[in-house]
Amino acid sequence: MIKKLKYIVDWILLTGSTVIVCVILGIILGDIFSKGASAISWDFITGLPTDGMTKGGILPAVAGTLVLTLITTLFSVPFGVACAIYLNEYAKPSVFTNIIRASIRNLAGIPSIIYGLFGLALFVQSLRLGTSVLSAGLTLGLLSLPYIITTTEEALKRIPNSMREATLALGATQFETIKDVVLPKALPGILTGVILTMSRAAGETAPILFTGVAFYINDVGTSVNQEFMALPYHLYMLSTQHQAIEQVRPLAYATAGVLILLVFLLNIIAFYIRYKYRTKD
Amino acid sequence: MLLYNSAAFFADVKPVDFFTGSQWDPESAKGKYSIAPLLVSTGLVTLGAMLIAVPLGIFTAAFLSELAHPKLKNILKPFIEMLAAIPSVAIGFLGIVLVGPGIAKIFGLANGLNALNGAVLLSVMALPTIITISEDAINAVPQSHREASLALVANKWETLFKVTIPAALPGLIAAVMLGLGRALGETMTVLMATGNAAVLPTGFLDSVRTITATIAIEMGEVPFQTTHYFALFAIAVVLFLITLAINLAGEYFVNRLRKFHA
Repeated sequence: MIKKLKYIVDWILLTGSTVIVCVILGIILGDIFSKGASAISWDFITGLPTDGMTKGGILPAVAGTLVLTLITTLFSVPFGVACAIYLNEYAKPSVFTNIIRASIRNLAGIPSIIYGLFGLALFVQSLRLGTSVLSAGLTLGLLSLPYIITTTEEALKRIPNSMREATLALGATQFETIKDVVLPKALPGILTGVILTMSRAAGETAPILFTGVAFYINDVGTSVNQEFMALPYHLYMLSTQHQAIEQVRPLAYATAGVLILLVFLLNIIAFYIRYKYRTKD
Repeated sequence: MLLYNSAAFFADVKPVDFFTGSQWDPESAKGKYSIAPLLVSTGLVTLGAMLIAVPLGIFTAAFLSELAHPKLKNILKPFIEMLAAIPSVAIGFLGIVLVGPGIAKIFGLANGLNALNGAVLLSVMALPTIITISEDAINAVPQSHREASLALVANKWETLFKVTIPAALPGLIAAVMLGLGRALGETMTVLMATGNAAVLPTGFLDSVRTITATIAIEMGEVPFQTTHYFALFAIAVVLFLITLAINLAGEYFVNRLRKFHA
């Protein structure tokens, strides 16, 4: 009898935990979207902030986040993919490559605020780029590099060696093999990794705090040397720094909603690519 | 770069004061730089987060890999990955508008911006990491272990708690370590939700300020190349070393798991 009771407790523990985890996600999404939905509209996304940011839209923040993510991608993808190709295709397994791999994994574990400090010291001050969307993009690029390298390497590993050997046997050089056979085949996997990294970069706040994000700009930026607004920082600012916090709560909810939608959209695209790629195999 | 800037700090402030003093007050005339209140704050919030996230995460992982119907699992797993994708500011925002007022009401406080709030939010952020890696670890336990246990007329529950979970232990520890690393390094959530008072906290209902939040708050305001500026680099190095140690430990356990099953 007592034993039976214990099993029921066990069952409740396991199932209960899972239910709690799902409820947490439900609360997060439910709260933000139920309170933000009324304020989200096309005008909100494409309008400029007005009246000391108590009214109006979030266009500069949306544009800032898009440009920032673009710069991050442009910087981190070529380096990351090249690095992964070197590690997986050219480098012979040795103590040296093991050390490189271990450092890459540890780079991925460094807190993002430390990347922010590093970006401040390196890009903003030592390289004299100033606080700008370029500095912030490069900082986020550094943060993204380990993820791109790891996911690209995983994608490359999944290409069977027989394909490489067949191409080499046809007289292609190693570079041609990689360029014409390995990379095209690994593309969906690489793309999934890149998109997931973009979604992470778009949601990051800590690394851009000191490297270029601005409180308020009433225009869409035209140069990479300017400061910029970004969605996550805008949300942070609206919820803690604004002089009329209660008044702008609906705007904060709506900004959170737009940010989460953007991140989920990128995630869904990545899931879709992965799903399609898997079913083809 | 980080080390160079923090070396400049220790030229100005004695390392002993840095680790043993009890006040962080760079604004005062003398300038007090002690990492102790920040370390204790960080530790308190992270500990609280782990107390919530570890049981919840491991039980959920066990449910997913041992109990859940494959169809249900296919629905739940993307849900958990979604949870991982939510930006940290959005979670911090909910800490202000939802969890904070809730805590204030339950404990009768003026506001809910304290260590408990931060711990609850950080546990949400660490959960996906813990669940995913724990589930991999539990899945990696060979089916023959379970079958052997069932053949000895142990039932499903005894098998799970006495055979499968102990066998997956190194992987579970790795999961906890990596979740811990994530919680320690999290900035925006704790910055927004914990109240940011840089004093030695005495309990979960005190306002605390973690290392990450201190860097985020003060870096924007300090003049470049001052002792205060260098001090922020110094606490960043301490944080870096702590997370590095935790990640290395996590990796050690992941590798042990791999060897164990090879």
